[in-house]
Amino acid sequence: MAPPQPRPTRRLAPYAFLAPATLLFSLFFALPIGYAIYLSFRAVRVKGLGLGSGARTEVWAGLGNYTSALSDPELLGGAGRTLVYGALLVPAMLGAALFFALLLDTPAIRFGAFSRLAIFLPYAVPGIVASLLWGFLYLPTVSPGYFLLTKAGMAGPDLLSGNGLYVALANIAVWGGTGFNMIVIYTSLRSIPVELYEAARLDGCSELQIALKIKIPMVLPSLVLTFFFSMIATLQVFSEPMTLKPMTNALSSTWSPLMKVYRDAFVQGDIYSAAATSVVIAVATLILSFGFLKLVNKRTDGGS
Amino acid sequence: MRTKSTRWIPTLILLLGAVYCLVPIIWVVMASTKSGQELFTTFTFAPGSGFLDNLAELSSYRDGVYWRWMLNSALYAGFGALLSAALSGVTGYALAKYRFRGRNALFSILLAGVLMPPITLAIPQYLLMAEAGLADSYWSVLLPSILSPYGIYLARIYAAAAIPDEVVEAARVDGAREFRLFRSVALPMMVPGLVTVFLFQFVAIWNNFLLPYIMLGDDSKFPVTVGLYSLLQQGANAPALYTLVITGALLSIVPLIALFLGLQRYWRIDLLSGAVKS
Repeated sequence: MAPPQPRPTRRLAPYAFLAPATLLFSLFFALPIGYAIYLSFRAVRVKGLGLGSGARTEVWAGLGNYTSALSDPELLGGAGRTLVYGALLVPAMLGAALFFALLLDTPAIRFGAFSRLAIFLPYAVPGIVASLLWGFLYLPTVSPGYFLLTKAGMAGPDLLSGNGLYVALANIAVWGGTGFNMIVIYTSLRSIPVELYEAARLDGCSELQIALKIKIPMVLPSLVLTFFFSMIATLQVFSEPMTLKPMTNALSSTWSPLMKVYRDAFVQGDIYSAAATSVVIAVATLILSFGFLKLVNKRTDGGS
Repeated sequence: MRTKSTRWIPTLILLLGAVYCLVPIIWVVMASTKSGQELFTTFTFAPGSGFLDNLAELSSYRDGVYWRWMLNSALYAGFGALLSAALSGVTGYALAKYRFRGRNALFSILLAGVLMPPITLAIPQYLLMAEAGLADSYWSVLLPSILSPYGIYLARIYAAAAIPDEVVEAARVDGAREFRLFRSVALPMMVPGLVTVFLFQFVAIWNNFLLPYIMLGDDSKFPVTVGLYSLLQQGANAPALYTLVITGALLSIVPLIALFLGLQRYWRIDLLSGAVKS
């Protein structure tokens, strides 16, 4: 049976409701993206000494900005460092989040509400402040860890240079993000029907087996979601290394790809190559995201 | 039969996790009580004697610019999150409760905004703001914070689950116009979901660094994150500023932790996993 034709106001209403979001999206997302793409194909030519009006003109640059961005060893180095950082951060954070969520879900847990709250608390701390706090905790002169190690007659690890830096940076993000992901996973654990556990217990499963064979497969969609968002956040790492930078010489101003774009655009004033680099980062992010989603969909389609 | 000895292991591990998460916070509370000398000489978790001095020094630093930063953060996050929740509410409702051409395309385009690296947006946003004469203004930070793809996503899920189609139809039969229907029937039903959107956006804007860092030059408009960062950069050359940075860091997290603890029961994180229960 065909539905009755709605009144005209009802047909137009959704468009009116969506107008503000569409307008804001056009102004603050679509237009800037278009502008960034436009800029990425432009460059400045300097005539003569570059003095006086008209000496600096903007010209079409073709793919020049892209070829130099893609062959820039600093950008590739930054991408490599981000990869190492992500390889440390994501498994550690999501592993801890899953582990804590499973523990919270075990029967007869004590102080569960307190632990849940305490582990979630860092979510309320800005990345800048978190990096600042940890930065001080990494400084041998003020850190309690180093204080205790020195008292015990040992030298502490150097967390602000070399490979220690990856651990130092990943730890800040693990600290800030574990609680949030834990709550997402914990919430989906709570929605599993308890009859499943009762049946498994009757079959003689231990709590560990229940966790491995029932709980983890059931929260897989939440894990996929948290993995996806962690991956994107990793690619966009910026404020943590920026904050630690004043505390150590080991962090260059191009440590992560976003830091390099920032430096190119605002320190060196070359917005054109910065635009090309940021388009490259955006495209890489989109390819990785869609590739990941496709992979996940394929897996879940095949499984069901 | 499980023995008593294995039963406290999960509790113990969770408490260790809690301690790990609390250590930096306890540290900053203790460090903010120390005078400049005590900071480098006494055990870090021992309280010092200089909290009130630090507070007075921070308040008088450059005519109290720190409190200005806090006020700015409250303004950006408060107005930004309010407008964001309103926009997410109306957009999410329309996407959930109407069938119209382009619905899925529009939703996908809005969501793709999440994937855009902030820097890809921030540079051209800055240049466009400069063109419009709005760079280095309150608007340059507030306006781009209003549209939240994440908020729209949450509001859509929430509206789909919390507003029964029958209620909408019944209101139409009673002769309600579409906007009135949204305002007096749908909106009240969406309040718990929109409170969540407000809280998430408030935290996101309060914690944001990149956007205001790029947009603003005049430090009287800085939010507290950018203000603390500028203070830290100067502190790298003048360790005397360390105590100011530390006290400032502590005070900057107090409002958010208060908001977070006070509104604990309004955090509907279950919305994130899409596991909405009506």
